[in-house]
Amino acid sequence: MQAPLRRGTVYGTLLNHADALAALGAAVHESPYKGPPKVPVLYIKPRNTWVDDGDAIVVPADVDALEIGATLGLVIGRAACRVSERDALDFVAGYVIVNDVSVPHASYYRPSLRFKARDTFCPIGPFVARDVVADPDALAVVVAVDGRVVHRASTGGLIRPAARLLAEVSAFITLAPGDVLSVGVAAGAPRACAGQRVRIEIDALGALENPLVPEKGTVA
Amino acid sequence: MTRTARVAFEGAVHHASPHPDGVRLADGRVLVESQVVWLPPFEVGTIVALGINYADHAKELAKELTTSAQDEPLAFLKAQNTLIGHRGTTRRPRDATFMHYECELAVVIGRPAKRVKRADAMACVAGYTVANDYAIRDYLENWYRPNLRVKSRDGCTAIGPWLVDADDVPNPHALALRTFVNGRLTQSGNTRDLINDVPALIEYLSSFMTLAPGDVILTGTPEGVVNVNPGDEVVCEIEGIGRLVNTIVLDDL
Repeated sequence: MQAPLRRGTVYGTLLNHADALAALGAAVHESPYKGPPKVPVLYIKPRNTWVDDGDAIVVPADVDALEIGATLGLVIGRAACRVSERDALDFVAGYVIVNDVSVPHASYYRPSLRFKARDTFCPIGPFVARDVVADPDALAVVVAVDGRVVHRASTGGLIRPAARLLAEVSAFITLAPGDVLSVGVAAGAPRACAGQRVRIEIDALGALENPLVPEKGTVA
Repeated sequence: MTRTARVAFEGAVHHASPHPDGVRLADGRVLVESQVVWLPPFEVGTIVALGINYADHAKELAKELTTSAQDEPLAFLKAQNTLIGHRGTTRRPRDATFMHYECELAVVIGRPAKRVKRADAMACVAGYTVANDYAIRDYLENWYRPNLRVKSRDGCTAIGPWLVDADDVPNPHALALRTFVNGRLTQSGNTRDLINDVPALIEYLSSFMTLAPGDVILTGTPEGVVNVNPGDEVVCEIEGIGRLVNTIVLDDL
């Protein structure tokens, strides 16, 4: 399958890494959450957040450091509605590295546009065709800041592995060609500050590298 | 009055305007309303929706709220899959027990807006339309609530029929807003009761995200939401903006 002609909606998946959910501990079962997500909980990274490899991520003036959410994005190649887990990856054209940047925040009760949907908060790497990736659920994900590795994870620890996630999402959203569904961020996402460079490497996908710069009118 | 629609007719998408007999295509042909397929009236970009933005609706939902004081607007995003035009059908999941409409004033952005102050905000508005932002409450979870399964389901955001030029709406904060289910009035409010009004929302959102032409802000709904069932005709009406018709059908796939 070819790369889609244009990008559609970019979805992120909340707490889809078992270790990320476990890191919340007992709080998952307490108010306000009262239990883990029953179906995939998604959020949208809107078009103002999209930047390319090499582009700057802008750090807001009132924030010390940003959370670097290294994740794998499934790029939809064919409209996927109510697909089975078995067939799900047939609807994927390829993959991208997604840096799902956030202002660190402790509560996941309310949607958080101010923390997740800011301009430049979603660098997306080059498209890699599906055939290049033998198994999307067994990829090492490495984050380096200024050349030093600060976080190592894998797509192996997902509560809903790629095909199952796509299938469950397609039960309530028709994913269109060009949509990107990212599989979720692992526990302990590293942070980086203005003036630093962040590089994410995912097996078989290459690297996505972006500098962090201070918001105009502020000093790093 | 400048009102524009996008409609599909005989294999093409047309720009259209109101006509006493229905709708006039840009090429001059006049058609009755039911001859065309109504699309969202503009090319929709990012869809921002507001929850609990009318004081009375906040009270209505109070028993399910676990936090009360709102220190900032409750804004969330919806995706393109949810959009559906005037006179469309919206599918009600077979297992839903509480699916309700939400009649909302939709504010369409006309120029890039970044860190816009309240005093300058209205200049960024291209126009207004009506939205019906359906929710399926059965699917509520307490993670990024309201989660996308509740709010971003296929075909659950009716929008239209017309994009009304901002110049023709001197005061968007004094518009009566009503919903009729099968002809019976079920929801009645006024945009004067918005907790965060239009310039406040533009100032807030543009303080951290650049709004672009075609982005739309669904400003929230007042009290009076009731369950709707397959076969119900739901009409959302906003004074001077439009009358948006939608029919509920059973999702039997």
